[in-house]
Amino acid sequence: MMQIAQIAGREFKDYFISPIAYIVIALFLVLTGWFFFSTFFIFDRADLRGFFALLPTVFSFVIPAVTMRLFSEEMNVGSYETLLTMPVTFGDIALGKFFAALGFIAAMLVPTLSYPLFISFVGNLDPGPVAGGYLGALLLAGGFCSIGIFASSLTRNQIVAFILGSAMCFTLTVIDKMLFFVPASLASWVGYLGADLHFQSIAKGVVDSRDLIYFLSVIFLGLFATYLVMQEKN
Amino acid sequence: MFFNHKKEAVVIQVENLTKYYNDFCAVDNLSFTINPGEILGLLGPNGAGKTTTLRMLTGFFKPTSGTIQVKDFSIPEDTLKIKQIMGYLPESAPLYHNMLVFDYLGYVAAVKGIPREKRVQRLKELSELCGLNGIMHRTIDELSKGLKQRVGLAHALMTDPEILVLDEPTSGLDPNQIAEIRAIIRRIGRAKTIIFSTHILSEAESTCDRIVIINRGKIVADDTTQNLKNLDGTGASIVLSLADADPEKALALIRGIKGVRRVEQKKTESAGDCRFEIHCSISPGSSGSDTNHNNGQDHDPGRALYLAIRNTDWIITELSHKTRSLETIFQELTRGN
Repeated sequence: MMQIAQIAGREFKDYFISPIAYIVIALFLVLTGWFFFSTFFIFDRADLRGFFALLPTVFSFVIPAVTMRLFSEEMNVGSYETLLTMPVTFGDIALGKFFAALGFIAAMLVPTLSYPLFISFVGNLDPGPVAGGYLGALLLAGGFCSIGIFASSLTRNQIVAFILGSAMCFTLTVIDKMLFFVPASLASWVGYLGADLHFQSIAKGVVDSRDLIYFLSVIFLGLFATYLVMQEKN
Repeated sequence: MFFNHKKEAVVIQVENLTKYYNDFCAVDNLSFTINPGEILGLLGPNGAGKTTTLRMLTGFFKPTSGTIQVKDFSIPEDTLKIKQIMGYLPESAPLYHNMLVFDYLGYVAAVKGIPREKRVQRLKELSELCGLNGIMHRTIDELSKGLKQRVGLAHALMTDPEILVLDEPTSGLDPNQIAEIRAIIRRIGRAKTIIFSTHILSEAESTCDRIVIINRGKIVADDTTQNLKNLDGTGASIVLSLADADPEKALALIRGIKGVRRVEQKKTESAGDCRFEIHCSISPGSSGSDTNHNNGQDHDPGRALYLAIRNTDWIITELSHKTRSLETIFQELTRGN
């Protein structure tokens, strides 16, 4: 437990030592801010639906960029050896890195809390969907982080890790819109895999156990796959 | 030299250790033991399997087959416990390069489970021991290789482990840095069991109690430095140059001396001079000082040779002992690479 917290703490601080963190956060805020507010006043609705609609797509690219270095860089520099020969288990390492990435995404979302604040000044904002949306955003981020970490554990090349991670996350985001390609009998199964679907359902303010189970299982599968890869490498 | 051959329980016992990378056999059926308090040098040419062996010892790699027993623990069941009693410095000390030395060591202390209130105290001790006093506030990135190596040593020594595993601790350092690192190893080595790999032979000779030479994943020698040099008696020879002598007679005279195994005549520039290399089955020049290595006999071929030549009217222009250096032994054992 102690070890997980230490690893997570170190990785989290490490993000803010390098300029990447600030670049990613700035890029995220500019992108979502622009796309959200450019249509906000046209729709003339005091809610964050437009913002949350953007998140799965934006996260598909931002999160793999955040997680790509977690394993790849260590394996490339060789500090992976130092890390693994300390008294920590594979689980400690995977979980520590996962919480660091999730913490970073949470920190990235903090400035966007000003959106509901300002919107509540100009209109009558329903707090339910906003709270649900942020909870969903964290769950979605968790799922994508664990996929990104898995991608990073596969290769020592950060670019490859990024592309792999993005491809997997983006597939989950758009798969429920591609259902006309799959046979009708499988459509409901494949549709269930869509991250966007589950996320939007939470973002409506309805916390359904099916959506919770979906995101928790994505997180679990991603981390378990990472664990298996680490074991295989050793 | 300091030997510790008390037969207490061995600290590390490696049996039939084998590691395959796909089809390539990096380590082939390795077996050796390390006694408590011993400094063991692991020698071998590049690619012989030194690093792989050390990585398996420290639990970074899983052996394909074979067992490793460290004290009462064995790999892979108790890997975590072994990691707790073992300090490891990987080759070229790969550390997190954008952290401050102080932050990095603080993190290591925390992960290795040193309680918060003792951490600063421990860092102070280590900075004293490894000479990190002036660099605690600098980023690891901007340190020289020697300083990085010292930070790596501090990392390995964090919990004051009983066993220290160092992978080429002096590779790529300049002579001053090598001397510093060696001094640190010697300072901490008194109470610890140390295993380190190197391909610098003089280093192994001066710091190790025992040397294991491996080649292509196999052990080719496992002995004390002294014993390695006198492996089969062929190690010792005498070079003798004579002036105003008859080569035929000289050869006959030398052959008649007890302890001489083989005589080689060397070319010389002028007639009347001759030069021999005399291989002895008994170490010359060692009687009286250390009788362990010449089969307990006090016969010295070097002495006998001199006494025999004194009775002639030849002039000795050169008489020197040549012992086989570790370097030649190493080359002989690992030749064919």
